[in-house]
Amino acid sequence: MSILGGGIFKGMAVTLRNFVGSYFYKDRLTTNDYSWRPNDKLPQRAGDYPKEEGEQRRDTTTVTNYSRNFPMLLHDGGEPMDTVRCVACQICERECPPQCIYIEKSTEKKENASGKPQFYPATFDIDVSVCMSCQICVEVCPFDAIVMNSQFELSTPNRFGGLLLRRDDLLKSNGYYHKIHPEEAAARDKRIAEEKAAKEAKKKAAAEAARKMAEEKAKAEAEANEGTPDIQENAE
Amino acid sequence: MNTATAPNYELIQQDGLETSLLEISMGPHHPSTHGVFRMDVKLDGETVVDLKPVFGYLHRNHEKLAENMSYLSSMPFTDRLDYFNSMTNNWAYALAAEKLIEVEVPERAEYLRVVMAELTRLVNHVSLVGFFLNDLGALGTPLLYAFREREKILDLFEQASGARMMCNYFRFGGLRNDVPVGWIGRAREVVDRFPVFLDEYEQLLCENEIILSRTQGVGNLSRELAINAGITGPMLRASGVNYDLRKVDQYGIYDRFKFRVPYGEAGDCYDRFMVRMLEMRESVEILKQALEGIPEGPVMGNAPRVFKPNPAEVYGRIEGPKGELGFYLIADGTPKPYRYRVRPPSLINLTVLRDMCLGGKIADTVIILGSIDIVLGEVDR
Repeated sequence: MSILGGGIFKGMAVTLRNFVGSYFYKDRLTTNDYSWRPNDKLPQRAGDYPKEEGEQRRDTTTVTNYSRNFPMLLHDGGEPMDTVRCVACQICERECPPQCIYIEKSTEKKENASGKPQFYPATFDIDVSVCMSCQICVEVCPFDAIVMNSQFELSTPNRFGGLLLRRDDLLKSNGYYHKIHPEEAAARDKRIAEEKAAKEAKKKAAAEAARKMAEEKAKAEAEANEGTPDIQENAE
Repeated sequence: MNTATAPNYELIQQDGLETSLLEISMGPHHPSTHGVFRMDVKLDGETVVDLKPVFGYLHRNHEKLAENMSYLSSMPFTDRLDYFNSMTNNWAYALAAEKLIEVEVPERAEYLRVVMAELTRLVNHVSLVGFFLNDLGALGTPLLYAFREREKILDLFEQASGARMMCNYFRFGGLRNDVPVGWIGRAREVVDRFPVFLDEYEQLLCENEIILSRTQGVGNLSRELAINAGITGPMLRASGVNYDLRKVDQYGIYDRFKFRVPYGEAGDCYDRFMVRMLEMRESVEILKQALEGIPEGPVMGNAPRVFKPNPAEVYGRIEGPKGELGFYLIADGTPKPYRYRVRPPSLINLTVLRDMCLGGKIADTVIILGSIDIVLGEVDR
């Protein structure tokens, strides 16, 4: 410290430099610039967010590849309840840290996308006023039925009913998932296909072995192998 | 207004004048208390005669909640302890649980953990320094410069984990997902430009006479008291104790990096401020080394999502940005912990607040509290 007050002037020089620089340096302008986008194209609902074909998003940080807001239920296209992946095993309900999921299992089984008769959720509610977007439900789901949506414009004048997402609000197609999280969805689909292939190969090998072991009993055993796997067993 | 007599304090009685101590309740809604925190202060004029910290307004039952849910389910709640440092909170908890189930963490995950933890340290220190100067009366400018840098790091967090603050990124045995393509390059850019900001910040503040005269010799914490009170982190090091869990425990892969541990001498507010400034430079050094050596590979080991550990007692601790953050778990063979306890650095560092404030001016109390670096989410849990 040579001159009294010298340090203060040094600091003032920094603020002056920042002030002047804020008019010239692009990286000083930290506010997101939406002016490039016409007003009606601004994200009204995040469902719109995957940009239109050919449109270039300039901001890279608003919705990222891993962005997560609230969960959604996946179906494989077509009529949602015909291809819903959820089998109402209630693992997510049990594991959900803030306990915001409520599931009621159906009483009878229905064929799902793979043609197997399965239970389905008669009720599947997520209270998004309680949900904390932690993604635990996604991680524990053994059927890849629940994933994170990136939709964030969810404000509603209806405080209770509007924030309680029912099953039909939550159902989204796998195509939509591919749109909002392309990398993650591709990796997930790849893993599902691999698991399916491995399972089928295993099943085939088991059937083959059974046939060789006892030819007269082969048919009965092969049929037994075709039966529905126990849900609880899968869950483990 | 209330009259009270503090212990070991004699009021000056003058002829014909009746004097009494002034009791003020600072908080819980006071801008200087960084949340809902109250200090019952007894004043003789402007001198602090007695101080009682009152907290618990933000109690959320974190520990009991965690004892009633599976190990994985309480991971997102650890984000909310010290909401500036969700990544390091995750790490401490993951470290404790990994001791329970004995899983190996893949190499890439270890490196990314170090990267995330050191970025978190930058976020924490940068915002602490900003808030500290805000308390000093440098309203706005230093805080917003600091937050401008913090924003860049939070963008990195968002790209990697999907959330800016509640990252919930660590898992037992690794990380939830790999970082996106190009992330490491972006991180390197941020890290390389960080020292520029630090230089600017030091030029802005470190020679400022007002800051020097307001912080030097204020709120002295002696070495003995710091050790006896169990103070950890930058606050302990500012008092002249060279103790850093990254060097002592060498958890994770900290033994592979070359870095120095800055420590102070006087243990006053200025030392606490400077230790953090210097620590940021060391964090940048670690980050450069870690980002250089990051290998390819998986980020998740063979750890089960939901598990029943064998009965055991474990304690996992890390050097959080605020001090030693520890998680103590007792497993009883069920999917839920029998006992779950957090050792919060904020709370334990807060215990010496009274000792540091006594005899000082009331305006200094605000700075001293600011230099402790508390987050009420962690103090109250």
